[in-house]
Amino acid sequence: MTALLETRGVWQRFGGLVANSDVSISVGRGEIVGLIGPNGAGKSTLFNLIAGVLPPTQGSILFDGEDVTRMPAAVRCQRGIGRTFQVVKSFETMTVIDNVIVGALVRNTVMREARRKAHEVLEFTGLAARADVLASDLVPAEKRRLEVARALATEPKLLLLDEVLTGLTPTEAQTGVALVRKVRDAGITVLMVEHVMEIVMPLVDRAIVLDLGKVLVEGKPTEVVRDPKVIKAYLGDRHAVGA
Amino acid sequence: MDKDFAARRRRDLIIAAALAAIAALTPLFVKDVVVQNIMILTLMYAGLSQSWNILSGYCGQISLGHALYFGLGAYTTELLFTKFGVLPWFGMLAGGVVSALIAMGLGYPFFRLRGHYFVIATIVIAEIGLLLFHNWEWAGAAMGITIPIRGDSWLKFQFLRTKLPYFYFALALCCLAWFVTWWLENSKWGFWWRAVKDNPEAAESLGVDVFNSKMGAAAVSAFLVAVGGSFYAQFVSYIDPESVMGFQFSLLMALPAVLGGIGTLWGPVLGAAILIPLTELTRFKFGGSGRGVDLIVYGTLIVLISLALPRGLLSLFSRPKKTGVAR
Repeated sequence: MTALLETRGVWQRFGGLVANSDVSISVGRGEIVGLIGPNGAGKSTLFNLIAGVLPPTQGSILFDGEDVTRMPAAVRCQRGIGRTFQVVKSFETMTVIDNVIVGALVRNTVMREARRKAHEVLEFTGLAARADVLASDLVPAEKRRLEVARALATEPKLLLLDEVLTGLTPTEAQTGVALVRKVRDAGITVLMVEHVMEIVMPLVDRAIVLDLGKVLVEGKPTEVVRDPKVIKAYLGDRHAVGA
Repeated sequence: MDKDFAARRRRDLIIAAALAAIAALTPLFVKDVVVQNIMILTLMYAGLSQSWNILSGYCGQISLGHALYFGLGAYTTELLFTKFGVLPWFGMLAGGVVSALIAMGLGYPFFRLRGHYFVIATIVIAEIGLLLFHNWEWAGAAMGITIPIRGDSWLKFQFLRTKLPYFYFALALCCLAWFVTWWLENSKWGFWWRAVKDNPEAAESLGVDVFNSKMGAAAVSAFLVAVGGSFYAQFVSYIDPESVMGFQFSLLMALPAVLGGIGTLWGPVLGAAILIPLTELTRFKFGGSGRGVDLIVYGTLIVLISLALPRGLLSLFSRPKKTGVAR
């Protein structure tokens, strides 16, 4: 079976800055893949290229057997790529349920069905009790969950999570981890950018480490965290010596 | 929960029907022509503001150039009528279509602009339209067009002896604009518009066609405003560039919505019901002093409202939020 998502030799340059150089990764169906790396490694850029915020300078992106390299974000969403934002972008003047309905409208043209779907998703993500609250009145952890709910309402095949677990209290993060597992169990492939290694590593099936815009290491989380190259990238030369 | 929502929608519809019925009966008791005149203008501006609210309130693309569509409606109708003998009813539709097309044509370049830059563009474009009509000989230039009066006629939509037909048309326009808003509010378009207003980037990621959402809102909004312009031209039976395309119309469409509650279903109606009689009364009272005093009244009101209630008068009535606890 072919991979659900594949990037082939993707480059992204911003003027003289090379954010991604020759990145080729693939994500299989049903996987939870973690995209990690130190600050400035190019994770967010790659993430945005996959989501369709901007086209890559060079290279191609394949999703579900189709070349989506030049497709705008809205069309990619229709094809089955859902995403969250690192800095939450809720529709602040709308209620929680209305936020989710916007997502549900991608696959439900009848309002009644979109609304029913949205309620389902709120139930799934544990936000049902907050359905009629304005998004601006949610606490930060709930806003993160709303991001996930909205993306799930579009019924994606691939869910891109951009640091959804960062900056949460340990309890909140654990709830988040449980939600990601639940999402995968519902048959949705997950690609997550994450910063906090100790939370991500037990969660993901496979980790891809980026450093300086390139794929540094790729493999099982337990192997990746022991890899001298990874330790060096995160902590510098001194700490890699013993490895 | 769904029942709550459906009940709220139904309640809005019933209130609107009741208000419309009451409004329809007022001419039976109000025979004073001056007061009737104020009622007609109030209904007209309520309808116009409601239409403006679709693009600027729901979709968040603040336009201060809607006078252009108002004027285009008026001019299309009267040019077709005086030059080609086309009945105003068809002229009205034609004006609506012309305005909607021009709104989309202008949207093509300008919807790429954001925030203040978009607002500035709308003002400039409306001023250009005004200047073009000032200099367009065939359309009467600065002299304008006088609509030939041939006696009371529904066919030609002109009445000398009574203002009642105008009153009912203005009421119908107001109801139409309200109903269109009500209907669109709970449609894919309504949700898309609000999403685009709140956060275009997030909307895009959820499959919303941001650009076409704006185009759709502009077309509906411009169409309805142009119908209002056609009506106004018939009502005053004389048009010139300033009197149908002047900047004050752009303001008078925006202010009721802002005063009542921008991006809300009832805001424009509430705002117009307060603002327009107030304007007309102050103008009546301080007649001859030019437009100064009523504009001072507006200005002061808007400043006070935006300081005290930035979300408009309606926010006074909004129910306390339900507080649920996340699991």
